[in-house]
Amino acid sequence: MIEVRNLTKKYGSHTAVDGLSFTVEKGRIYGLLGPNGAGKSTTMNIITGCLAATSGTVLIDGHDVFEDPIEAKKLVGYLPEMPPLYTEMTPLEYLRFVGEAKGVPYEKREREIKDVMEATGITDVKDRLIRNLSKGYRQRVGIAQAMIGSPEVIILDEPTVGLDPLQIIEIRELIRSLGETKTVVISSHILAEISAVCDHVIIIAGGRKVADDSLEGLEKRATVGNGLEIVTRVPESRVRAIVAGISGAEIRDISSEGGKATAVIGPGQLSADGLSEAVFKAFARAGETLLSLCWKESSLESIFLELTDPREYEPAGPDEIAGPEDGDAPDGDDGGDKPSDGKDGGYVPLFGSGDTEE
Amino acid sequence: MGAIYKREFKAYFTNMSGYVFLGVIFLFSGIFTMAVNLLSQYALFEYTLGNMSFVLMIIIPVLTMRSMAEDRRQKTDQLLYSLPLRASAVVAGKYFALISVFAIAVGAMGIVPLILSLFGSVPFASTYSALLGFFLLGCALIAVCMFLSALTESQIIAAVLGIGAMLAFYLMNGLASLLPTDKTTSFVGFILLSLLAGLVIGLLTKNVWIGAGAAAILLIPVITVFLVKGDVYAGALTSMLGYLAVFDRFDSFASGVFDVGAIVYYLSIIVFFVFLSVQTTEKRRWS
Repeated sequence: MIEVRNLTKKYGSHTAVDGLSFTVEKGRIYGLLGPNGAGKSTTMNIITGCLAATSGTVLIDGHDVFEDPIEAKKLVGYLPEMPPLYTEMTPLEYLRFVGEAKGVPYEKREREIKDVMEATGITDVKDRLIRNLSKGYRQRVGIAQAMIGSPEVIILDEPTVGLDPLQIIEIRELIRSLGETKTVVISSHILAEISAVCDHVIIIAGGRKVADDSLEGLEKRATVGNGLEIVTRVPESRVRAIVAGISGAEIRDISSEGGKATAVIGPGQLSADGLSEAVFKAFARAGETLLSLCWKESSLESIFLELTDPREYEPAGPDEIAGPEDGDAPDGDDGGDKPSDGKDGGYVPLFGSGDTEE
Repeated sequence: MGAIYKREFKAYFTNMSGYVFLGVIFLFSGIFTMAVNLLSQYALFEYTLGNMSFVLMIIIPVLTMRSMAEDRRQKTDQLLYSLPLRASAVVAGKYFALISVFAIAVGAMGIVPLILSLFGSVPFASTYSALLGFFLLGCALIAVCMFLSALTESQIIAAVLGIGAMLAFYLMNGLASLLPTDKTTSFVGFILLSLLAGLVIGLLTKNVWIGAGAAAILLIPVITVFLVKGDVYAGALTSMLGYLAVFDRFDSFASGVFDVGAIVYYLSIIVFFVFLSVQTTEKRRWS
């Protein structure tokens, strides 16, 4: 449906988007994920024809956005980062204007506006001036605007920013229902949001694609970071010595505080239970005790942090870690080593803690 | 284009600027009609229009200041870019909405000669040709001010630039006649103008080389012509600056002459500045 090839956008000497390529297939919900300043909005602006690229092409259902903009734009509904609202109009007037500008025939227009207003829940405020609406309602009017003309592709740039938790849930529901009939691309720097609604995730950092995979694929990849966390009174050096005796196991992270050492042990070829047993036995044989022994599942969050860490993506280049085919068979060495490299990048055990990340 | 036109036209009457514009025009045309036609007992409405052209100088920049700048400030330009519309359709919609507001004013002023004709004989042909000239003058000024509004996202800057340009147009003939007409002054003037054009182009494109190139392209013929046939420069600067005296072209209408040359002149100003506005809008996607 959308094909982005070698997209590059330079602002003077600063490169916002750097050789980005990806394909969006019909009827799925795509998430464009990346930290602030990764080039998400720039990419979306280029796809929707609001911004010209320095080089590269964007095809929407075969229509080049730069060569054949009118046909391409007819297929796309876009909500930019800041909802583009005429604040002196009412939502109804505004949607009528957008409908007319998008060339929706007069007979169909009123019907469609009514449906869209119901879907976005703005029917109650349709006759109030947009100026007087709350941020949440403005955002919904913005989404309604993108839906008018029932375009094949709907692109929403950070659609839930500034909404309260209940509104966020409603908007996510709306996006999911849109995804049933249309192709949806949303962007966010919040991982939980993407994993809540998207089928497919494209992670970009520093203007480059660092991952492009289905949600399941990424989750599978995240398991590479799984490990066993132990807490013990044994000094660090002794812990290292004991663990070294277990074949396949390796210490990824170790720290001491208040006379207790906390270590994260990678399983290598062992299963979760196998590693737990082996560690337990090894400590027992050495005559040492464990305070706690706990299997920790890694998460998308850690994958996200790992992929978007500037130190990681710069030397690695996009090709090494990108592409769906790597996702299914991640090589244990490469993936497993990375978290231990970045000590402070750390081990983030809880999924969804990124919700508060701004 | 239709949708943009309707929205823009309505917007002028939801945010007062249209009413203020019409109010000011009606107030001053009333005052001048009173003074010229009633108190001084001239049946010629052209004289009233001649005085009105001065009012346009202030009121047109105020009407047009928001036309393009406001979209940029409110980020609604992103909506316009993402709609399946060409930049030319968007700009044309906005321009026609502006001249429609002005047409209301001109249309209402067109009633005055009819009223005057109840009390004496009014030369309708010259009166209405003057009104046409007045309308075209306004349309040309609107095109210039709309272009200036497209350059900035601040309405205030747009208005100040607009009033500055109007003043320059208004005073141009007087200023030009102060300049000496010998060929050397004229030559230096042309060089300065070429450099200025290069500077403006360089600033607009934010590219030093394009600006320098434009200046060079202008300078080469200027210098060549001077070396080959310097005499053509005698008085050339004055007459070229005279082309910028937009208001003076209306004088022939105001004195009762139907000036086809002036009509062509106004139409070309309109086309040129609407084109520049389209280019500016289009160009912004590249920055």
